[in-house]
Amino acid sequence: MKQSRRNFLKFAGISAAGLCLTPAAGALASGKAHPIVNKAHLKAKRWAMVIDTRKLNTKEQIEKLADACHHWHNVPKIPTNQDIKWLWDASYSESFPEQENNHMAEELEERRFPLLCNHCEHPPCVRVCPTKATFQRADHIVAMDYHRCIGCRYCMAACPFGARSFNFMDPRLHLDMDNLNMKFPTRMRGVVEKCNFCVEKLAEGELPVCVTKSEGAIVFGDLTDPNSPVREVLRKDFTIRRKPELGTEPGVYYII
Amino acid sequence: MHYGGKIIAGLVIFLALVSLPFWFNLGSAAYKQPQVELPKNEKNCIESKEYMRAHHMQLLNEWRDWALRDGERTYINSKGKEFTISLQKTCLRCHTSKEKFCDKCHQDAGVTPYCWDCHVPPKEAK
Ligand code: SF4
Ligand code: SF4
Repeated sequence: MKQSRRNFLKFAGISAAGLCLTPAAGALASGKAHPIVNKAHLKAKRWAMVIDTRKLNTKEQIEKLADACHHWHNVPKIPTNQDIKWLWDASYSESFPEQENNHMAEELEERRFPLLCNHCEHPPCVRVCPTKATFQRADHIVAMDYHRCIGCRYCMAACPFGARSFNFMDPRLHLDMDNLNMKFPTRMRGVVEKCNFCVEKLAEGELPVCVTKSEGAIVFGDLTDPNSPVREVLRKDFTIRRKPELGTEPGVYYII
Repeated sequence: MHYGGKIIAGLVIFLALVSLPFWFNLGSAAYKQPQVELPKNEKNCIESKEYMRAHHMQLLNEWRDWALRDGERTYINSKGKEFTISLQKTCLRCHTSKEKFCDKCHQDAGVTPYCWDCHVPPKEAK
């Protein structure tokens, strides 16, 4: 066959197409294997949480929830300022610094408020992450992909709520290794972690750990669905959110 | 060609050096595939043995993105069977010894995957 430019291009095209096919062929011989969403998965357009601080406001109550959450997610307790926290408690002025008033009701000044990642609508942590290790899912949960986190801590600087913790050391040094939750991984040194709205529980059709443990003081649901439990309580009671003036649109609401 | 002798001598030394590892291994036992401990209560892996041997790392890589980033946590294998996408809840439930299964080949191949920095391997029976 005479070598012509036309022939050359024809064969170049075929071999290029072959190159594209090879990885796919390698992926799985039959090519039928694929992933699907769990059948029981709880779905929402925008997950949100409403915390009734009339019912849930003491250090002990919040600690009980934090312990359950931390145990489930293998979050270590480190007795220094290098501690890791997914759920913690704070005073009114720490939680809502710009909504503080003079001469507040004593009872309010004594209340403790459960704090966690707000899973913001416009999360600054996601915007600054150079590797997209922290990302926003379609249901607006701000999730962490620890495989990708390079520990630059931009997200910690960007989050105005202090919701993120850095693993300064191997967390396993401070975990009871005989009493781990084998259904959830630990983290490694050098990554940033935070509350994940229990995505792994939602995927199996269950509500977040703190919600189930709260005896009704925390409701969880789809903010876009007028019939969801969160919308029901939002209709009934006055709520505030943390640092609304920053425009991050937190997904955690507090009934005062 | 008045450098011929030197060039040939140099070539011989070079070839001897390059093939040194072969001389060293001459006569030593041939490479044997490591004997891994297979699960006792499970006959089939999620895909064929051959596929898993060659591609488990790609599969795990896909699994992690599907589960974590796409929220798709159920795997339909090439035969249409369902599995939960999870290293800890699926793989390590059958392969109950990291030492007698994973480590065997990884040590031979000289690779140190860091999966277990985070994913908890089952406790080794002492
Ligand atoms: S609370 Fe902080 S970490 Fe959570 S989504 Fe908002 S900015 Fe990100
Ligand atoms: S939603 Fe889940 S991860 Fe977040 S604080 Fe509650 S229990 Fe912890």
